[in-house]
Amino acid sequence: MSESKKILIVDDEPNIVLAIETILDDSRFELFTASDGETGLQLATTIHPDLIILDVMMPGMDGYEVGKKIRNIESLDDIYILFLTAKGTKTDKEDGYASGAELYMVKPFDNDELLEKVLYLLGLDA
Amino acid sequence: MSAKIVVIASMLYLTLLFIIASYAIRRANIGKSIVNNPYIYAFSLAVFCTAWTFYGSVGRAAHTGLSFVAVYLGPTIAAPLWYMLMRKIILISKKLHITSIVDFISSRYGKSTFLGIITTIFLVIGIIPYISIQLKAIGVSFDIITQEMSNNSFWDSTIFYKDKVNYITILLAVFTILFGTRHLDPNERHEGLIAAIAFESIIKLCAFMVGGIFIVYFMFNGFGDIFTQASQNAATASLLTLPDDVVHNANWFWVLLLSAVAAMFLPRQFHVTVVENTNVSFVRQASWMFPLYMLLINVFVLPIALAGMIKMPQGVESDMFLLSLPLMEGHNIVALIIYLGGFSAAASMVAVSVISLSIMVSNNLMMPLLLKTKSAIYAESGELSKALLQIRRVIIVVILFLAYGYYKLVSHSYPLVSIGLISFAAILQIFPALVGGLFWHRASKRGAIWGISAGFFIWCVTLPVPTLAESGLLSSDVLSNGYFGIEMLRPHALFGVENMEPISHSCFWSMVFNVSFFFIFSMFSTQDVEELAQGDIYINIEKYSDHPDIEIIKKEASVYHLKQLLARFLGGEKTNLVLQSFNGKISSGNEDNASQEFINYVEKILTGAFGAASAKLLISPNIRQQSITLDQIREILNQTKEIIEYSKALEIKTIDLQKTSEELALVNMQLKELDVMKAEFISTVTHELRTPITTIRSFTQLLDKKSDLTPERRKEFIHIILKECDRVKRLINQILEVEKIENDKETTQTDTNAFITLQYAIDRLLPIMDDKNIKLIADLPHLSHTVILDEDKLLQVFLNLLTNAIKFCDQKNGLIQILNDENDTSFTIHFINNGRLIHPSSMSQLFQKFTQIKDGNLAKPEGSGLGLFISKAYVEKAHSNISVTSDKVSGTKFSLTFPKENNSNTKS
Repeated sequence: MSESKKILIVDDEPNIVLAIETILDDSRFELFTASDGETGLQLATTIHPDLIILDVMMPGMDGYEVGKKIRNIESLDDIYILFLTAKGTKTDKEDGYASGAELYMVKPFDNDELLEKVLYLLGLDA
Repeated sequence: MSAKIVVIASMLYLTLLFIIASYAIRRANIGKSIVNNPYIYAFSLAVFCTAWTFYGSVGRAAHTGLSFVAVYLGPTIAAPLWYMLMRKIILISKKLHITSIVDFISSRYGKSTFLGIITTIFLVIGIIPYISIQLKAIGVSFDIITQEMSNNSFWDSTIFYKDKVNYITILLAVFTILFGTRHLDPNERHEGLIAAIAFESIIKLCAFMVGGIFIVYFMFNGFGDIFTQASQNAATASLLTLPDDVVHNANWFWVLLLSAVAAMFLPRQFHVTVVENTNVSFVRQASWMFPLYMLLINVFVLPIALAGMIKMPQGVESDMFLLSLPLMEGHNIVALIIYLGGFSAAASMVAVSVISLSIMVSNNLMMPLLLKTKSAIYAESGELSKALLQIRRVIIVVILFLAYGYYKLVSHSYPLVSIGLISFAAILQIFPALVGGLFWHRASKRGAIWGISAGFFIWCVTLPVPTLAESGLLSSDVLSNGYFGIEMLRPHALFGVENMEPISHSCFWSMVFNVSFFFIFSMFSTQDVEELAQGDIYINIEKYSDHPDIEIIKKEASVYHLKQLLARFLGGEKTNLVLQSFNGKISSGNEDNASQEFINYVEKILTGAFGAASAKLLISPNIRQQSITLDQIREILNQTKEIIEYSKALEIKTIDLQKTSEELALVNMQLKELDVMKAEFISTVTHELRTPITTIRSFTQLLDKKSDLTPERRKEFIHIILKECDRVKRLINQILEVEKIENDKETTQTDTNAFITLQYAIDRLLPIMDDKNIKLIADLPHLSHTVILDEDKLLQVFLNLLTNAIKFCDQKNGLIQILNDENDTSFTIHFINNGRLIHPSSMSQLFQKFTQIKDGNLAKPEGSGLGLFISKAYVEKAHSNISVTSDKVSGTKFSLTFPKENNSNTKS
């Protein structure tokens, strides 16, 4: 088995971070967390995760901006971005994909679905 | 005074008038007209005040007291109508290039040549007596000022070449020819003449005032003195009261009507008011300035008449009191000034009257006759217009000598006013056809011809003919026995109507016949195409002014022929000028096919030069008029009327719509703003709701499905779920609160002790502050100050402000201070925190609904953005005030100021 996949969770709601951490409690994942966009972006450049689970509405830099910035850094081009946000309109989704996301999920979410998507993105079996 | 001095003064005065006139013309030529202003216009209207006013009013007042006023009261009463009536007439005349009152009437009734001819003849006959009294006035005043008795001097009025009035007539003829026939103007505008007569109006007013002031203040001790002396004398005392009987009352009525009509429609008044008008809006100013002028020139009339009767020996002509009183006192300079004023009044009247009559005679009488003799049509280039000027000069001389003749035969034995009123009564005869034509669709050519003819006939037999009889030219049998010896036909008691003054009598019967003939013949005759078309222009001039393109009768003509026509009648030079000033398209499509616009223009130019009827005769051989039936033209007129009404209605609708749409746009903008706010709010609220629900859902699912959770974890998760449920509840409550505030403004509130409630709020939040290491400094005195607000609401306000302070104060060394101060009428509680300052741009939105302060470096604010909005609404319910300041020195400070209850500021 290959080495564990790094997943970065960026969300300003500590309870949601905790929930995601619990859902992704799997030995194949190595989890990192950040509570705002700026910290998330910094962490992404240093640890180079395989996947970022990104909230949109956060104080300071919002998720879209973080996504765009990551897409602009060539070395971070291979990171998968999954938006997990309360913003659920069609334009929100378009904005999300426009800022470089692979997937867009709307809160509240189904735990199993989130896990499935993460596994799918990372090319892992259930 | 020596006759030489008087003659020289008169000549110098005439020279001055020419200098003024040529200056006005020079200014006009460089485009800086001095005539184009409402004051000059109003002064030019004062040509109404002739020698009759200047000398005759005093004579009239000396005979009949106040009744002289009627002649000035009539136009004054009618002046408010001017804006409606004269404005319409001016608009029509400008549109159709009308240059005389006869042209105006003839044009209305299908450009009728016949109507033009008879009206011209009638008016010339009617005005000649009026001109004759001007000659008389100059002659008599000359006699009096030179104090020459005609029997012991060179002058002898019985011998033609020794009669000075004859020379006065010649002088005035030269004067009029020089002013009025310099060249043929297509619009008959004479700027020089107008400048001169406006000047003369000023001179005659000033001269009259000088005479009046001299007589009242130098010969007497003011008005009071004259009236006191007059009331002591039986002969003069009767002049101070108005006789009250039927004869006088009837006379007042007719004189008022006559003078009102005369001031508008005497040929010279029509000429200055309409033809020489440069701007329609001047009518508005003139309608108060002209009556004011008449008031001023009449102020001294009665005192002068009384003064004359008191001071002058019996037998001195009362018409000349104004001149003879200063002469009696030996004040020759004053007398000379008065003489020149009277000369001005007479000369200006004669010039304008004769010019306007000459335009009528040449355009409406001579031209049609000339055109009947085919020779004129084939005349050489420009000859006709040159011939026309010569014709006019001859006409001027002829008219003046007709007036001279009338003076010799009749006027010298009558007072000025009696003769003047005869002319006024003649003008009254055109009034029904003129006004009827302006407002009545059915008014027809036949009605006008019959009405005017009948009226003039009655006028003739009841006024001028009897004057001829009285002066011995006809057998005086007519007066006592009636025409043909029939008693019913006595000229001053027609059909047995007695007890009327001759003027009232004549006006009454002439109007009875005039109006009824006009009405009956109009009702029972059919109008032809041209009449209908012209009538429509007159009655609905507004629509034609607004829509100049309306064409009722389609015409076709060759451009070449039209240009030839112009050249033939105006001369090559003039034609070039006229063509240059035409801006539109000359031909339509086909090169030689003249456009409607050009045909109308040529017709208008010819109308201006030769009158409507003559222009029609000139142009008609050159144009092919679309044959059209009466029904068709009625149909067309109705259609254009409908189209115009429709477009007017549409215009109003459009304006209405514009207004509505502007209002709607505003409302829409407000709604959009509200929408944006609502959308933001919903997005905020849903986000706020989604967050706890997401957490709740996630943890519940974990609890449900994840079997390997430790009991501690389970407990932790359940705790999170409960807290998030509370969060949802809080949010929903707040939204409901906002809803309540907006829908339910007025509810009675109970008194709440402010400091006890504040202490309670602090107690509830102390654990959180301890948790976050926030230092609280609260200086709460034990005051029994109450606030009229339900306790739960006041508590909510305090909790909101405190949680905000907790939320936003410095994250590491948080400090919150609660301070208070008070004065006689209010007390204030301050909540101060040491957190990040609020940016001034956010300050104004702070208390608005759904506002959350977003500051990049702050932790995400918890809540809905409703807290401060709710707080403010509550505070205002208690008639209190919430404010905020934020600066480096004192931090961010929210202050609540409550009014003090009267009896509650004692310490408890």
